[in-house]
Amino acid sequence: MSHKSDLIADDILGYLKAQEEKSLLRFITCGSVDDGKSTLIGRLLWDSKLIFEDQLAALESDSRKVGTQGGEIDFALLLDGLQAEREQGITIDVAYRFFSTDKRKFIVADTPGHEQYTRNMATGASTADVAVILIDARKGILTQTRRHSFITSLLGIKHVVLAVNKMDLIDYDQSKFDQIVAEYLKFAEQLNYGSITAIPLSALRGDNMIEPSANTPWYSGPTLLAHLEDVQVEQDAIEKPFRLPVQWVNRPNLDFRGFSGTISSGRVKPGDEVIVTASGQTSKVKDIVTFDGNLDVAIAGQAITLTLEDEIDISRGDVLAHADAKPDFADQFEARIIWMHEDHLLPGRPYLIKMGAQVANAQISDLKYKVNVNTLEHVAGKTLELNEVGIANISADKALAFDPYDQNRHSGRFIIIDRFTNATVGAGMVNHSLRRATNIKWQEMDINKGARAYQKGQKSVILWFTGLSGAGKSTVANLVEKKLHALGKHTYTLDGDNVRHGLNKDLGFTDADRVENIRRVGETAKLFVDAGVITLVSFISPFKSERQLARSLVEKDEFIEVFIDTPLEVCEQRDVKGLYKKARAGEIANFTGIDSPYERPENAEITVNTSDQTAEEAAEAIVSKLEEFGVLGAWFPEI
Amino acid sequence: MQPNLTHLRQLEAESIHIIREVAASFERPVMLYSIGKDSSVLLHLARKAFYPAPPPFPLMHVDTTWKFREMIEFRDRMAAEYGFDLIVHINQDGVERGIGPFTHGSSLHTDVMKTESLKQALNKYKFDAAFGGARRDEEKARAKERVFSFRTETHRWDPKNQRPELWDIYNARINKGESIRAFPISNWTELDIWQYIYLEQIPIVPLYYSAKRPVVERDGMLIMVDDDRMPLNPGETPQMKSVRFRTLGCYPLTGAVESEAATLPDIIQEMLLTRSSERQGRMIDHDQAGSMEKKKQEGYF
Repeated sequence: MSHKSDLIADDILGYLKAQEEKSLLRFITCGSVDDGKSTLIGRLLWDSKLIFEDQLAALESDSRKVGTQGGEIDFALLLDGLQAEREQGITIDVAYRFFSTDKRKFIVADTPGHEQYTRNMATGASTADVAVILIDARKGILTQTRRHSFITSLLGIKHVVLAVNKMDLIDYDQSKFDQIVAEYLKFAEQLNYGSITAIPLSALRGDNMIEPSANTPWYSGPTLLAHLEDVQVEQDAIEKPFRLPVQWVNRPNLDFRGFSGTISSGRVKPGDEVIVTASGQTSKVKDIVTFDGNLDVAIAGQAITLTLEDEIDISRGDVLAHADAKPDFADQFEARIIWMHEDHLLPGRPYLIKMGAQVANAQISDLKYKVNVNTLEHVAGKTLELNEVGIANISADKALAFDPYDQNRHSGRFIIIDRFTNATVGAGMVNHSLRRATNIKWQEMDINKGARAYQKGQKSVILWFTGLSGAGKSTVANLVEKKLHALGKHTYTLDGDNVRHGLNKDLGFTDADRVENIRRVGETAKLFVDAGVITLVSFISPFKSERQLARSLVEKDEFIEVFIDTPLEVCEQRDVKGLYKKARAGEIANFTGIDSPYERPENAEITVNTSDQTAEEAAEAIVSKLEEFGVLGAWFPEI
Repeated sequence: MQPNLTHLRQLEAESIHIIREVAASFERPVMLYSIGKDSSVLLHLARKAFYPAPPPFPLMHVDTTWKFREMIEFRDRMAAEYGFDLIVHINQDGVERGIGPFTHGSSLHTDVMKTESLKQALNKYKFDAAFGGARRDEEKARAKERVFSFRTETHRWDPKNQRPELWDIYNARINKGESIRAFPISNWTELDIWQYIYLEQIPIVPLYYSAKRPVVERDGMLIMVDDDRMPLNPGETPQMKSVRFRTLGCYPLTGAVESEAATLPDIIQEMLLTRSSERQGRMIDHDQAGSMEKKKQEGYF
């Protein structure tokens, strides 16, 4: 049972030998304030005889002073750490507890049950292999139970113990227990658990904690401790493909060049062919070097140093894999995100992400939806607040090596850091990459337009939106830009009205001024194209010659004319800005379509009509055209 | 089938991962070396982490000038044997003011010669990361300490505002002047430490082993008379007793336990059969409930 084995007194050497073979299990306990979680952990520490006399004396005196068990020992007091929490009677952070039996050493992440501390639960769950979810038998499955279950499954925990506590308070009623278990199993169908073990308990009375309880003759399953000792988790990481995130390049002298890191999954042997994910270079493992001598094989969890047969360029952040089982390598991916900071997540804002030893600048390009952690419902949202969970596309400034988290829990996980405060603001788990990794080899080149666009994974172009006032140019351009942004594209919009507020505020509406207006906008757009940006220009630009002028400023395939072909009657009917009315009333002169002509484009690259399709559909059509034109794919410039 | 890693090998690998991560992420790391058993394990792990190279950072001992003489001898012997770069820092200001545990009490002495001294040294050498050998099982306040524990420019720890720490990914971002304390053996227990010392045959200060030593009993604690700076009360005569130490610090503040345990297995056996936790031998913890937490906020390790 506990480590107080008889061997200690009789044969300490034999005991020590046996102890060397112990395994390690990390688990998390989740429960609400009154579920008896602290009592449960306190009980495990107590029964494994890890409470010392001085701690016991302190516990007894504390139990009398602030205990909630009427002077009896309050196991919960063993666990509270920080003084302020102690006075408030709540645990507000993740605390790690340790106990040990003859079979296993246990690390318990003790996390609070309060709603506002989803963050802490996620933190505790991240390193746990098993979740013990506490339920008060009197109350059954509560909102918190669902939340705790969802968060632990989000973090990839596969093994769950449903600890139905306080059975003593319902007279060890089997039917109530069965009812709770049935309800939970039904709920858990939507979660990705591998095993669920339900145990009727009383942590306070010790029922089914260590010894099978006489009060539950109808229960034939394992006790809590027996289950924790036996549940098998270690093989999970070893069976996955080999990954070694390089933490440190070890170069004590010119003759030795080793790559140090902890094998996150799989196994490796000398002679294995390995590939550097980013560069695609391959070599063979020469030696697995450790302080204790070279190894014949190394497995997940071991911190080792590899030397290779060939001199290839590898640095911190590279991920080594077997050549025939590479991880994904992409700069855009979909991930689930848990937000952990008071400052909201802002899509488009630059953050740092740290994934293993890889660090990149990144932004959330599209928050697809939020998940209500209590009901698991999908909710639309523009930001994530503290303790909210969302599914989002992430766009990084360089490609990262990872596996989808659900396939390999030891890969595809990252933290999000605020670049200015340095706070850890979120955590994420990759669902899948958004673009198949291509074996892009870096080509030496001068930094030119092509290089800049290439870096952004796009071809820089001008999208010139033309059409009558009220045709929907700005609306559609805005939607197109949002879609491109969500795809991780770098964009900018030059809006007719906005430019007239600054750069062109000295220009009126005479023909000369109109031409100058277009020339300036065209030149500005050209600079943006040179910067590698997809530039959206939204201008009535009624005259062919003006549009031709703009077109002539850039390369032939860099100008895409988008004609928003909405009939005059429709535009006039909409009259969003009230301008048609004023023009009809003679209050505005030279108004396009009324008393100034609009010259329809004859060969526009893209034509859409917002009278028989919605702005959303029009934007969708434009984006798919851009895809067709190769604007959005990886762009290989001429060298 | 490949055998799984034992708990000690898992703990070892986790610690090496943390040590490498700190070395790779910070410009000027230092390993605080307290000469105790936890420090011995930490140093051993650092040697493993960078083998065949030596650890790429110096070791620093903040010497209060009241350490056991055997500790200082051991420290200098280890430095010579392993060839590590050792910095010894003493708060000269405190020395000039004559600060000591007998004249000024344990609290002020610890504050000036340990806490202040450590801050002085970190500022002097501009270290941006300092390894410490603290374990989460030592004390309740430490159960919630992060592995990478952020410190402000004035070396303060804010328990209400810690960075969440997920998986094995540590946030190493700091601004100029700020620093982190890194605790690679956070998840080890006292028993793990002893088993590992035994398994790996790591050298430790002989004070951990029982021997006849001159002690006096004060406030229920056995204090070793390590040098003639210790004032004896009228009628007080040091007794030679078989004692050893479960934890090492300033000799006037460290209680010995009566013991016959002269080998590692003896020590482990004794530890498992006795019923008092190791910090009981430290006077600074007894001041008041939550005292360790207060000290940590001020910058004590």
